[in-house]
Amino acid sequence: MEGIYAFCVGLLTACGIFLTLRGRSFSVVIGLTLLSYAVNLFLFASGRLKLNSAVVLGQSEQYSDPLPQALVLTAIVIGFAMTAFAVILAMRARADLGNDHVDGNLPAQPNEASNRSGGNQ
Amino acid sequence: MSSLIWLPFLPLLGTLIPLLTARFSRTTCAFMTAALPALTLFLILSNAGDIFQGERFQAAIPWIPAIGLELAFRLDGLALLFSILILGIGLLVILYARYYLSAQDSIGKFYAYLILFMFAMLGVVLSDNLIQLWFFWELTSISSFLLISFWGHKADARKGARMALTITGAGGLALLAGLLILGNTVGSFSLQDILDSGPFIKDSANYPVIVVLILLGAFTKSAQFPFHFWLPNAMAAPTPVSAYLHSATMVKAGIFLMARFYPALADTDLWFLIVTLTGLATFLMGAYIALFQHDLKGLLANSTISHLGLITLLLGMGTDLAAVAAVFHIINHAIFKASLFMAAGIIDHESGSRDMRQLNGLWKYMPYTATLAMVASASMAGVPLMNGFLSKEMFFTETLHQASLGSLSWLIPVLATLGGIFAVAYSMRFIHDVFFNGEPINLPKTPHEPPRYMRVPVEILVALCLLVGIFPGFMVGDLLFAAASATLNTQAPSYSLAIWHGFNFPLLMSVIAIIGGLVMYQNRSHLFKFQAQFPKSDPKLVFEGVIQSIASKAGRIIAFTENSSLQRYIFFTLGLAAVMTASSLLKLNATAGQRPEIPVDALSITGAVLLSISALATVLWHRRRVVALITLSVVGLIVSLAFAQFSAPDLALTQLSVEVVTVILLILALFFLPQKTPKESSPRRVVRDLSLASLIGGVIGTICYALMTRPLDTISTFFTENSKTGGGGTNVVNVILVDFRGFDTLGEITVLGIAALGIYKLISRMRLFMPSTDGNGLAWSEDRHPILLAVISQSLLPLALLVSAYIFLRGHNMPGGGFIAGLITSVAIIQQYVAHGVDWIKTRIKLDYQIMIGSGISIATLSGLGSWAFGHTFLSSWFDYFYLPLIGKFELASAMIFDLGVFLTVVGATMLILANLGQLTTSERPIQKEHD
Repeated sequence: MEGIYAFCVGLLTACGIFLTLRGRSFSVVIGLTLLSYAVNLFLFASGRLKLNSAVVLGQSEQYSDPLPQALVLTAIVIGFAMTAFAVILAMRARADLGNDHVDGNLPAQPNEASNRSGGNQ
Repeated sequence: MSSLIWLPFLPLLGTLIPLLTARFSRTTCAFMTAALPALTLFLILSNAGDIFQGERFQAAIPWIPAIGLELAFRLDGLALLFSILILGIGLLVILYARYYLSAQDSIGKFYAYLILFMFAMLGVVLSDNLIQLWFFWELTSISSFLLISFWGHKADARKGARMALTITGAGGLALLAGLLILGNTVGSFSLQDILDSGPFIKDSANYPVIVVLILLGAFTKSAQFPFHFWLPNAMAAPTPVSAYLHSATMVKAGIFLMARFYPALADTDLWFLIVTLTGLATFLMGAYIALFQHDLKGLLANSTISHLGLITLLLGMGTDLAAVAAVFHIINHAIFKASLFMAAGIIDHESGSRDMRQLNGLWKYMPYTATLAMVASASMAGVPLMNGFLSKEMFFTETLHQASLGSLSWLIPVLATLGGIFAVAYSMRFIHDVFFNGEPINLPKTPHEPPRYMRVPVEILVALCLLVGIFPGFMVGDLLFAAASATLNTQAPSYSLAIWHGFNFPLLMSVIAIIGGLVMYQNRSHLFKFQAQFPKSDPKLVFEGVIQSIASKAGRIIAFTENSSLQRYIFFTLGLAAVMTASSLLKLNATAGQRPEIPVDALSITGAVLLSISALATVLWHRRRVVALITLSVVGLIVSLAFAQFSAPDLALTQLSVEVVTVILLILALFFLPQKTPKESSPRRVVRDLSLASLIGGVIGTICYALMTRPLDTISTFFTENSKTGGGGTNVVNVILVDFRGFDTLGEITVLGIAALGIYKLISRMRLFMPSTDGNGLAWSEDRHPILLAVISQSLLPLALLVSAYIFLRGHNMPGGGFIAGLITSVAIIQQYVAHGVDWIKTRIKLDYQIMIGSGISIATLSGLGSWAFGHTFLSSWFDYFYLPLIGKFELASAMIFDLGVFLTVVGATMLILANLGQLTTSERPIQKEHD
């Protein structure tokens, strides 16, 4: 089970990083979201995987590690705030700069055709 | 001496006085400014008796003892000597500057800089801690920059100040490195510990590095070859500054440093080689160049370089008597050089020129000043009955008594005599060329004697030259002995301060130097002609050239690395992270650890496959944004299921509700963003990014696997054991959040609130255009909100709120709590927005989300503060059980109030973001209000 879990974390990381390296702000936001899934799963895994052992006292014989869970719980909520901030920043950048490229301006040779189909002015 | 800890700060307080009193008369300002330094000097002198008895005062206030940071001062012989020089000559300079500065100069500013420098210098010599010493050291560089550039309208002053700052500042950085290595080697940053562990330091492997770095600091500050060139260029400063900084104090800081660390670092072959050769080279070169200067101050500056070289040479020799001679020459040089600078300033002030080709025959116009200057330069030349003679005699003696250069040791006394010859020659030039030698040529002013009190500082110093020269034992005997003992960190050896030691070799060297110097001066025209054949090289131009080439090279590097492409920056950052994490994995022998793995079941396989497919689909279809969003939400769903599977119900609930909110947020955002991403990454870039992403993914997955298969050593047993008894709850995760680590949670919700407010501000000024069609050119639906959805969601709202109240209340004992309940409430309210639209909600739900965030954080904070009222620490929780008829036993805990704060903040933040983003598409959008 651990192997599959680790594979999923690695895959999510790779997908997240690839999207984070793209040039348009929405892809970056999606990439960051995938990356934060990976980070949360990774942090959670530092408490080791356990089945049927939620840390509610008196409900099971053995308990999983509550500390990573508490950390990840706040991380999820903060992660939402970060995603929200990033996406609103992306909207604001598009509104003020007229494009949604992460550098604030389009690359030197923009692909005219795809640019037009992507725009919705 | 309890006052020692605040004593150095008296002058710092004094920097304000001149600024405040500058509006009164200049004399008032000068006297008020002098008050605090005078008081400091008095306090220090009142302890001189004890120090002469061999006592040492130390005072310290610890700051961060673990890393050796403290405020620590010490007053011993060496510190006493330097304090007297700094404060005594400082007071004379204050008086002198009162007459020197013209009415246009801001005397208040000048005095403030001067006193700041005095404070810094005093801090250097009184410091008992390495880091603190360095701090004051850099402060002297900065305050001297301000002083040298005091006449900032002159290009010379600006360039000179910049050069001095660059050289001494760079040396200061070397010094910092040296001191840090030294402190780490010894294991203490306390000066006394360093001084006491001399043999240990000299044996350590770091010794060569330490010596070279610390000497770099000392040599740059004390203008030693090859860093000497900043000193003549710093002569653009007003003369009082030169008299103060460039004779008695700042340039002596490097000497002080060498003397201070003498017991710890000196007396090795390496020290001898570096310090002696540098000192000798500086001594000769300074003396030679001084002779050819036409500028009075240029001559004095180069003579200063030469004398500093002499002291350095003495400190390098490594014998105790040489150190005594060095300390003695520090005193003597400060006295005669300060008076000479002041005399040069008087001549400049009263005749309008410093050029010795114009200044001739001034004896007729200012005989009094001329006499003073002549006595001082005689001291500089080392004429008997002057203080300069005594220390120079000791210097000659010491050059004879060393054999470190082996069979070439005879070179040192010969070269020392040669330097003495030059010294006599340039001193002679200062006297003869300026005061005799014909008539003045084209002077801007008719020279005359200066105001009475401008001469007083010079008179005092010249009198000291004579008194020390004639009664050395009475005048400075105790001080010299105490300073030399402090330098050596042991009792100074016995020595004789007499004027007459009989006919001996050093006396012969003095005689040769004087006669040779006179002969050389007589034949100077030949030397000048010879010197004129060399091409002129201006160190200022060389320095500026080097600085400019460094700046342009740095500019090219910046232009190459910073092309303002975010993608490139992220790639470099992530690449570095990959290299660093991967390289440490190489040291791990086996990936899998000892911990038994959980057997795989079909459900988990299905989840993993779904997750992988949807993650890959997100990447594959990331340019079709709506599709990517849907696959992304599948990933999120499976992540929350994974949390549920692996015994984290709280996380599963949180992830699920956050997932809903996130997807709604992204869909709203997508309305204003392009629906598709253009294809613009070149295949090369895709391959590049894919490789990096796979590398990092592989590394992270490996770490994750290695981590999970190793046994767990956790601190969580404490939380599990104390959750019920200490926190009053059985859901340990919730108890950690609201109780054990409540302070962290308070920080988290504060960040959440700040993020929401930031987003609110970003939205409220957004200038958006409303897209009229979707990505495919289809017009947006104008349909009303579907009635079925509206009715169902309206009737669901009370139920949803009830559920969230239940989740909130049971959170302490069962999965749930403020975070989850807050998110569920938000989802319930958002559903109303979705079903009815903003306009409909506006009139019905009147919640101010900003106030909600504020009150949430306030409640959480107040619940923490409340525990203070009961004498507990911040955020200590309280709980108890009560019985009510009908309901039965129930629990009340102060942590629930805290959780309520969390709940309110989460609802407020989520709704502030989503409601404001949502209403951008409606008639409520703020932008229309602004434009209409």
